[in-house]
Amino acid sequence: MTSDRKGNSSRSTSKAGRSLITRRGLVKGLGAAAGAAAASGLLPGPMRYIQAQAAEPIRLGFQVHRTGIGAAYGRWYEQTTNAAVKTINAAGGINGRPIEIVAEDDGTDPKRGAEVVEKFATKHKVDAVFGTLFSHVVMGSAPTAGQLKMPYFVVSEGHHVASGALNRYTFQPGITDVRSQVISMAPWIASNLGRKVAMIYPDYAFGYDHRDFFSAAIQGQGGAITALIPVAPTETTYSKYFAQIPAETEVLYHVMVGPGVLTFVKEMGDHFGSSRPQIFGFIDSLEATDLASPGLEFLDGTYFWEAFPRYAQKDQSEFDKHYRAAVGVDDNGASTADPKEVSTYSHMFGCWETLYVIKAAMEKSGYQKSTFAQKGKLIEAVEAMTAFPESDEHPQGDKTFNGKLHQCYGHQFISKVEGGRLNVVHKTAIEDGLYEPETDYTKKAL
Amino acid sequence: MSGQAFAVAALPGADRRPVWLHLAVLVLLFGLQFVLPAYDHGNVTRIMILASYAMGFNLLLGYTGLMSLGHAMFFAAGLYGAGLPVYYLGFDPFSAFAAGVAAGGFLSFGVGLIALRTSGVSFMIVTLMFAQACFLLTLYFNGITQGDQGLVLDLSAWSWDVGSEDGPLSLISPPIRYNLALLLFALCLLVSLLLVRSRIGRVLVAIRENEARVSMLGYHSFRYKLGSLMLSGTMSAAAGATYALLFSYVGSTFAGIQYSILPLLWVLLGGQGTILGPLLGTALMFYLVDVSSEYSSSYMLIVGVALVLLVLWFPKGILGTVRQKWLPWLP
Amino acid sequence: MSLGPHLLLAFLEGTVSAFVLALTALGLSLVFGVMRIVNVAHGEFFMLGAVLAYGFSSLVPGLPALGFLLALILSPLAVGAIAWSADRLVLARLNYNPEATIVATIGMLYIIEQLVLTIYGPDAHPVQPPISFRILFPWFGYSGYKLVVVAASGMLLLTTWYLLMRTRIGLVMRATQLDRETAQNFGIPVARVYSLIFALGAALAAVAGVLVVPIQQAHYLMGLDPLLLSFITVIIGGLGSLRGTLIAAFVIGLSDGMFSVFFSGTLSKIIATLLVALVLVFRPSGLFARSAR
Repeated sequence: MTSDRKGNSSRSTSKAGRSLITRRGLVKGLGAAAGAAAASGLLPGPMRYIQAQAAEPIRLGFQVHRTGIGAAYGRWYEQTTNAAVKTINAAGGINGRPIEIVAEDDGTDPKRGAEVVEKFATKHKVDAVFGTLFSHVVMGSAPTAGQLKMPYFVVSEGHHVASGALNRYTFQPGITDVRSQVISMAPWIASNLGRKVAMIYPDYAFGYDHRDFFSAAIQGQGGAITALIPVAPTETTYSKYFAQIPAETEVLYHVMVGPGVLTFVKEMGDHFGSSRPQIFGFIDSLEATDLASPGLEFLDGTYFWEAFPRYAQKDQSEFDKHYRAAVGVDDNGASTADPKEVSTYSHMFGCWETLYVIKAAMEKSGYQKSTFAQKGKLIEAVEAMTAFPESDEHPQGDKTFNGKLHQCYGHQFISKVEGGRLNVVHKTAIEDGLYEPETDYTKKAL
Repeated sequence: MSGQAFAVAALPGADRRPVWLHLAVLVLLFGLQFVLPAYDHGNVTRIMILASYAMGFNLLLGYTGLMSLGHAMFFAAGLYGAGLPVYYLGFDPFSAFAAGVAAGGFLSFGVGLIALRTSGVSFMIVTLMFAQACFLLTLYFNGITQGDQGLVLDLSAWSWDVGSEDGPLSLISPPIRYNLALLLFALCLLVSLLLVRSRIGRVLVAIRENEARVSMLGYHSFRYKLGSLMLSGTMSAAAGATYALLFSYVGSTFAGIQYSILPLLWVLLGGQGTILGPLLGTALMFYLVDVSSEYSSSYMLIVGVALVLLVLWFPKGILGTVRQKWLPWLP
Repeated sequence: MSLGPHLLLAFLEGTVSAFVLALTALGLSLVFGVMRIVNVAHGEFFMLGAVLAYGFSSLVPGLPALGFLLALILSPLAVGAIAWSADRLVLARLNYNPEATIVATIGMLYIIEQLVLTIYGPDAHPVQPPISFRILFPWFGYSGYKLVVVAASGMLLLTTWYLLMRTRIGLVMRATQLDRETAQNFGIPVARVYSLIFALGAALAAVAGVLVVPIQQAHYLMGLDPLLLSFITVIIGGLGSLRGTLIAAFVIGLSDGMFSVFFSGTLSKIIATLLVALVLVFRPSGLFARSAR
């Protein structure tokens, strides 16, 4: 959705039939309120809707990766955000005021990211900023948010927030951080797949989080790392890396991001054939990619981490049903408008849940207008939160929130690829992903 | 380089119009901060820093005729040279700035010694590959640089009492930021102006036009080119250092190839071999992206079409074509 | 895996990337060598080839070989036509001024990237290989289609060489490259030759994109790496030398693969990059430069 400064985003009739943003818009406004009409059956009475529209809107800056390497994620973040806003506004908005989204593209670039945050604060004069995914954009933008005292809610799964590297104004309440995800996987892998693990990961910060935290966790389970194989960032072919996997390896742990991931998986198949070790991967490797794509047959019988099961499971919750319908995603995790368009299901729910956290915190702190004092109260209200129960607001599942770390912790899923779909075989407990706190943001000045 | 080398500017009879024009631009930029809305105030701050980077690039391309495709390494040298000492050693901003500039000076000296054995397209490729190696180094030493994710600097403790009603102003408060960026920009502008109006500058232009003849006249052209590359690299590093300090972030992205191509684009768009071209090109691109992305999600299409049209109307860059057609005295 | 098989694998990988690179670089070499312009959008033509291949091959679902063949013929034609119009509409009007061309082709890069992003989307899409088989070595398996790519690239390189060296149109191109003014005086329609070369260069990049898409995938940002690599290849090989371009493609392709046997990911890239750069430092006009002009 393009930045819509007239405040009519929530009222625009959406054409869910054509769904995805990039397909549609050369011109402003065409992308408004995508994909949310599916939720129309759930709309409450028209009175509340009208009431929500009458008041001055709460303006939220949405920092979105529309172009650049993050674009595949960005458009689903946008679709999820629009659906959540539509649902929230239909139910009365925040304190009776509708949410208005002001979206700006950051090009998945940290420099532009900082500029966009400044634009939100000084030009659009929004009440809060949210939605950033890629870690380097978060790191580049967060200092600006801190300087401008702008509440900044990221949906990045990076460990940067909980590590203490950022500031009092930056939160990650909608998605568990990578450190927690990784360590919660280790016990199941060690007891079900094997204890001798080789790791393939990108040779930069994102990969190192996996390398460091998983190595320690698997060793804590009595396992051993047989090889650490970093993949150079500018790589386009991967076969040569598979040659470095030692023969005694029982489990291959892989995590890749970016457009090269399909090649990675296909070459893994060519390399191993049927005589392969157990394979465990992070779904980041295949977000927005159809598991039925040619060349991916090899993945059958391998395992993936998922934050939120892409394929509707037998024990699917009502909340997942509600969320899928609202966003416009079918039971296979693809767009209801075009089954070839596969969502980034394990990440984008973070936008939905974050918006509900912002709503809850604004209502609790009695947020009225964009002053430093009220924003301070808002920050304290978020920090005072401790748990989010599983609900329509938090469809991924219940979570705990650590106000000192500004980070939430939730359940994770391990799924097995069977017949071209992912079936959940294990759900971790929240405690599996907890670690010693590294910082306390509440001690920093507002 | 003796003082005489810079004496041309003061010669009687020398054209004074360029001096007045550039003074006027600086005064205008100083005055703008009192009237600009907050957002544009921040933008102009960024534009002045990035334009300083482009001016550094232009010294090499526009006045010496050497096209580098690897200037991001110098910008990044300044960025990391200033940022890492702040992060690990607690340097104050001024020592950190000096460290960043020094890092750019050393790197450009080393790169120059090797890369200037080549010229023309080979020089483009050698600088491109050195810059790529530098980019990969920032990732390889992830333990120190945090690679692509980068480091956040904390300079909020540095503040001064300038008699403002809001109390002391910190380094990163908008007015301080604006004026420091303006200071950097003014410095780079004056150095560029003095250089191109000096004897050295004329030798450089002569090298651009015909290097063989310059050598025949007895000039040691390699030394002039090395000096030009070092000044260019150091100026780019000064911009990088300022960027890191004022925007509190250091990351690999700034060492990537796109940050080598951007100054090339800014300079060619504004007019290579003109003093104000880099500023014009940088500002134009900044607002082109900023405004078009507000009105369309397909803003790259608008930017692309605008670039093609601009270059059709102004094939020598905007100021280059203006100089050719209307203002021949423009430096 | 022991050193021997590991080296074999690195050699195979290096050979495949060398052939693809040679094909991509050949197109740039023509444009650069004859027209003396830096075409920043060259990688986008490669990307367009790959993306169109995805489009064409999904026209005939269930018949991957037919779809691929269709793509192999139609994509280069379409990309060549786009390049031809870009040349007529923009570059010719700029009189091929080197600096203005850089800005104009950066503009084209933006335009092409955005159009592909808008129409085709940001996701990476796979294309089924026309022939799918796995070669089984005692130590590892290898995609048979990759060897098909090598063979097809080799044939295309030979064809282009024949076209340039043994046909009248090739003679005209070479004459234009050697001396534009004289060629004009001899009645060669230089303007049309330029457009033709620009289209041919783009079409070659597109062919490389089509060939590579079953082993990689089509993605709107995939053009940058081939652009940089083929640019490097052309200069290392020596401007205007077909043989040089081919050899440089092998130097670059193989060094990348071989270093990765001995050094970890990023380090091997750094070493390979610096060593290849040193080739230019010691032979500033490339490996097989024609007389400097």
